[in-house]
Amino acid sequence: MEQHGKVANRSLTIKLVLVALGAFGFGFALVPLYDVLCTITGVANKANLTQAARIAEHPDEAREVTVEFVAQVPSVGSWEFAPVVTSMKVHPGRLYEATYTARNLSGRDTYGQAVPDVAPSKASAYFRKTECFCFTPQHFTATENKTMPVRFIVDPALPEYIDRITLAYTFYDTQAPSAKR
Amino acid sequence: MANSHTAHDAHDDHHGAPQGFMQRWVLTTNHKDIGTLYLVFAGIMFFLGGAMAMVIRAELFQPGLQFVDPQFFNSMTTMHALVMIFGGMMPAWVGLANWMIPLQIGAADMALPRMNNFSFWLMPFAFILLLSTFFTGGGAPAGGWTLYPPLVLQGGDSFPMAMFAVHMMGASSIMGAINVIVTLMNMRAPGMTLLRMPLFCWTWLITAYLLILVMPVLAGAVTMLITDHFFGTSFFSAAGGGDPVMYQHIFWFFGHPEVYILILPAFGVVSEILPTFSRKPLFGYESMVYATASIGFLSFIVWAHHMFTVGMPLAGQLFFMLTTMLIAVPTGVKVFNWSATMWKGSLTFEPPMLFAISFLFLFTIGGFSGLMLAIAPADFQYHDTYFVVAHFHYVLVPGSLFAIIGGVYYWLPKWSGHMYNMTLAKWHFWLSAIFVNVLFFPQHFLGLAGMPRRIPDYATQFADWNAVSSIGAFGFGLAQLIFPYLIWSCVRGGEKATAHVWEGSHGLEWEVPSPAPYHSWSEAPAIELIERGAAH
Repeated sequence: MEQHGKVANRSLTIKLVLVALGAFGFGFALVPLYDVLCTITGVANKANLTQAARIAEHPDEAREVTVEFVAQVPSVGSWEFAPVVTSMKVHPGRLYEATYTARNLSGRDTYGQAVPDVAPSKASAYFRKTECFCFTPQHFTATENKTMPVRFIVDPALPEYIDRITLAYTFYDTQAPSAKR
Repeated sequence: MANSHTAHDAHDDHHGAPQGFMQRWVLTTNHKDIGTLYLVFAGIMFFLGGAMAMVIRAELFQPGLQFVDPQFFNSMTTMHALVMIFGGMMPAWVGLANWMIPLQIGAADMALPRMNNFSFWLMPFAFILLLSTFFTGGGAPAGGWTLYPPLVLQGGDSFPMAMFAVHMMGASSIMGAINVIVTLMNMRAPGMTLLRMPLFCWTWLITAYLLILVMPVLAGAVTMLITDHFFGTSFFSAAGGGDPVMYQHIFWFFGHPEVYILILPAFGVVSEILPTFSRKPLFGYESMVYATASIGFLSFIVWAHHMFTVGMPLAGQLFFMLTTMLIAVPTGVKVFNWSATMWKGSLTFEPPMLFAISFLFLFTIGGFSGLMLAIAPADFQYHDTYFVVAHFHYVLVPGSLFAIIGGVYYWLPKWSGHMYNMTLAKWHFWLSAIFVNVLFFPQHFLGLAGMPRRIPDYATQFADWNAVSSIGAFGFGLAQLIFPYLIWSCVRGGEKATAHVWEGSHGLEWEVPSPAPYHSWSEAPAIELIERGAAH
């Protein structure tokens, strides 16, 4: 009886420890699951935001959409970062180019990484970038000032009710102590 | 059975507790000793966390900055939450589980006594580590108990210390939970079927499953924070392709079941106390079990209601809003069953009953404000205001804490063998019940008027209700000093308690003498005792 109880305790304990380990692994599994869910729900399609798209030009001259450009820096002192024009009116299906400027204020050689975001989130699937400074880290020498292009086409399939798209970049200093951590 | 009993006697004598502090308390594997250690530890933490709350309310008594600088204020709110949740509530419940579960199911001890010792002794070290952050250069963690990145990553020296403290508490909780499950599954006396278990055991069984499923997820999130900070990963850093919002999802996947971990054992305690002092069996025992299990299940699919404002698709908001509201159904079943238990009962109002009844009223108020917060469009107004503070303090203080106090008043004569001073205990109740409402009810008004949480200073239109709330806080804090005095004097002496203690008590824990002997149920209880105790 006593012996039997000990064996049963051990086997149940082992099972429960395995459950706990599985739950620990599940915490990490939430990381890829989160990206999958974001893509499915269209909150943020990472691949679409950070990789080049290939799309043919089929301009829809009858329709006009406003694209706004926003620039953010995560902390003071690293950069001056701003769009050259803050908004433009575009025809869906036509290729446009916009530019951002950045000046390195950190006083040392560094790399900048822009992280894009598109609002409203429903529009992110229709905002296609053929080229963007956000695809790769940008090298800056100390005090360097740079003008960086982004070329984009608004997909003509953009839902009718969207007439304004905001493209926002946050520009991170990847060599900053807080980024290296 | 008889054979194994003699063999058992041979190596584990029945003379009582071992002599010497080291043998008795540090190396103990006795469930009653470990239960006592947990409860004493929790008591110390409650007063420490309470002292931090007093600093918060003193600073908020008037607009402007009076006593502490804003950084220290933020440390106070952060540490108050961590100490109360992980140092007060959770160890208090584990302590009650240690004391009562073996007594209630007719087992000689917990199933894994050595692990039990280890899981307790992790706690003091975890909290020494956490509390010593006050003496580091940047001060204690001040980014909120939810440890959101990127703010938490800027915590300086306190960051790694707090993270490892959380890891240790998590390991302790997981071991405690495994111990409870193994005990309840394997150690029940013959005849103590699952559906004859007292509800305290049932609610703890479900709590323990929640613990082993979500504490490791918190450990995962904390591990990711550590690697983000020290090893160059970017789980939550947008610069490296991560997402800080993802942390919130992972955290609240732990966090919502966690709040049920804090309240489910309270449901169990109240379900023990109300029938005793109503002199009626609990109404709807089985529906109580199923309702608890439903709440446990639903707790896993509602987490994002803590973060409606982060930007979520409409379908997501609707899903989390509706599942959250669904929780009101099993909770309503419980409130109905408790009310029906008292209906036409022969009620007497001993201190445990007073705390249980006020739990029923005040927890329900906290539940209603929870329903208001569940409404996604309205939550944009309430989010991060004092309305949220009022809500979760209503479910945690007159909810969980009153149930803990009620449970201690209910079982204290069984533990100490003495009755305590009923008059003083009733004073404790009335002062607590009045001041807790003075303290937290005005915070609803402050929140609806737009006062944000976690701020040391505020606009002058919030001054009056903040002053009222602070007066309530000081009154509530002072009233709690009665509690340790009563426990101390009850342990020291007093009128001898009978085995049954209360006229209407039922269940196996009341079949052993008072005080409960150091070794109880070495021999399984007779089946008649189990059947009589489980007459529901």
